Amino acid sequence: MPKKAIQASGLVKWFGEGEAKTMALRDVSLEAQFGEMVYIVGPSGSGKTTLLSVLTGILKPNTGKVLLEGVDIWGLSADQLADFRLAKIGFVFQDYHLFPRLTTAENVAIPLVLRDKNWGESIREAEKYLDIVGLKNRAELYPVKLSGGEQQRVAIARAIVDQPDILIMDEPTASLDGDTGVAILSFVRKNVLNQDRCIVVVTHDDRIYQFATRILQMEDGRLKGPEKKGA
Amino acid sequence: MPQTRQGKQLMKGILKLAYKLLVNDQAKFSALLLGITFAVFLMMFITSMFSGVMNHASSTVINIGAPLWVMDPTVETISNSVGMPDYVLDAVRSMQGVKYAVPLYSGGALVKLSDGNYQSVTVIGLDDTSLYGRPELIEGKIQDIYAENGFVVVRDAEFSKLENPRLGSEFELNDHRGVIVGTARVATSGLYGLPTLYTTYERAIQYIPNPRYTISYVLVEPKSPDDIPRIKQQVEALGYRARTKEEFMKNTADFFIYKTGGGTNMLIMTAISFLVGLSISGQTFYTFILENLERFGALKAIGTKSRDLVRMILFQASFTALTGYGLGVGACVLLIWLAKVRLPSYAAMVTFGNLAISFAMVVVIAAASSYAAIRRVLRIEPFDIFRG
Repeated sequence: MPKKAIQASGLVKWFGEGEAKTMALRDVSLEAQFGEMVYIVGPSGSGKTTLLSVLTGILKPNTGKVLLEGVDIWGLSADQLADFRLAKIGFVFQDYHLFPRLTTAENVAIPLVLRDKNWGESIREAEKYLDIVGLKNRAELYPVKLSGGEQQRVAIARAIVDQPDILIMDEPTASLDGDTGVAILSFVRKNVLNQDRCIVVVTHDDRIYQFATRILQMEDGRLKGPEKKGA
Repeated sequence: MPQTRQGKQLMKGILKLAYKLLVNDQAKFSALLLGITFAVFLMMFITSMFSGVMNHASSTVINIGAPLWVMDPTVETISNSVGMPDYVLDAVRSMQGVKYAVPLYSGGALVKLSDGNYQSVTVIGLDDTSLYGRPELIEGKIQDIYAENGFVVVRDAEFSKLENPRLGSEFELNDHRGVIVGTARVATSGLYGLPTLYTTYERAIQYIPNPRYTISYVLVEPKSPDDIPRIKQQVEALGYRARTKEEFMKNTADFFIYKTGGGTNMLIMTAISFLVGLSISGQTFYTFILENLERFGALKAIGTKSRDLVRMILFQASFTALTGYGLGVGACVLLIWLAKVRLPSYAAMVTFGNLAISFAMVVVIAAASSYAAIRRVLRIEPFDIFRG
């Protein structure tokens, strides 16, 4: 039986109080296994980003439970939770959030530096991952010299350099043209997804649905069934 | 312990990251450095000038070096002595706790130069018996000061104003003949740019027209430092005042600070320098943080703890402040050195006090700059990064 990477149950999250109260998540439960590439799709404002934040220990739910690899993350202290995120989760942000004054290799090395590796070792490891994403010859360049697709690959290299068990990709194609977006997700599916890793992608770009192993639809703070089976 | 080793490595890695983020933004880093360097330079320069002036103003006190000075209570600086009658010297000599006491004359006179011009000089008359407070001689023998019309001239920046006299050079002082029997060096030159001549007390009061009372100061050597309070009380009872060397120098400094406007001017200029540094570095550093705010948020999302981000910011602020401090101090020292090459009597000196004041102000600049940045970084929520 495949191991469970994510188990979330009864997630409820609202913002504001009284008349200003907005429900973002309404009793959401989901599971994801290692080896899966799960898409959470839906229109803007449906609660995708809130769900992603709750699942990764960034935003605390009002009620509900999140187990990542069997660990109840909302039962951890703030420091433990930060350490857990650093060790277990890789993030690819919508706007990449690369430091413009660091070279691509230095950007990729950040998670290793934040762990306990020394600078030189981290840079060498980062260069290996830049090679994996096809950007070995860009290691010394600053992000501003890279195309959008290349920046996205750098962000992916940064997210996987510390070999996280869970990879979170937030709107990974939002800043890319269609072909590049498809190429990037194709690359992720072929080279980043493996039996020891679970990838969660939040998107509303149907051109990349083909790379999902499973697609969950969100609407108005709820997961709508039935789930679609991906490729 | 492995935990400690990891902690140290993590700190090293984070600080390296902070360093890279800072110095790779060359424009902002340069602006930050320039602002702090300029502010430190100004603060150092202004306070050094003031220290130099204070030091020169107390030059006679420093050069004579007596631990306790008895004077008229109205005396505020060494150069404004009020003559005391001879019995004061006798009274002080008989006081409990006094090892010995000698008179000192300090006054001004005019020297007629060979070209017919007159040059003002400071004349120090040393106790005839002991020559207490005599300067260190470079040329000549100190006993020659007892020779007829003997004077020792101080070879300092003002020396040339007496036409660079040599041993045996003659001059005219208040229509009396004077002969240079020695040249000497002293720790500090005077404030007013006047050459200094040393002679005996008796010759000084003989050559220079004086009011009825001729003793400018009574220099006291106490039997032990513990006797100083008792001596001061006895002098007070006599109607005069005894000040230690340090007190006298402080009185002189206080006079310039509070009674000439010099202190206020220095305070205003130092405050302006501080504000210039604070505004340039504070604004630039805050902009630097704002520019990277989303990335700091991303670091938080990845798993960086808030306290590590605070450390990064404090490191960046401290690194910039200390580098700027070093450059500012260096520039100030260089300028003072260059000025002294051209003008040996240039009244500026770097003291530990100046360094400490500037350092304290730089720390305040760094703290204030990082405070605003830290508040901003701590407020950013990783959730905001996802929301874009």
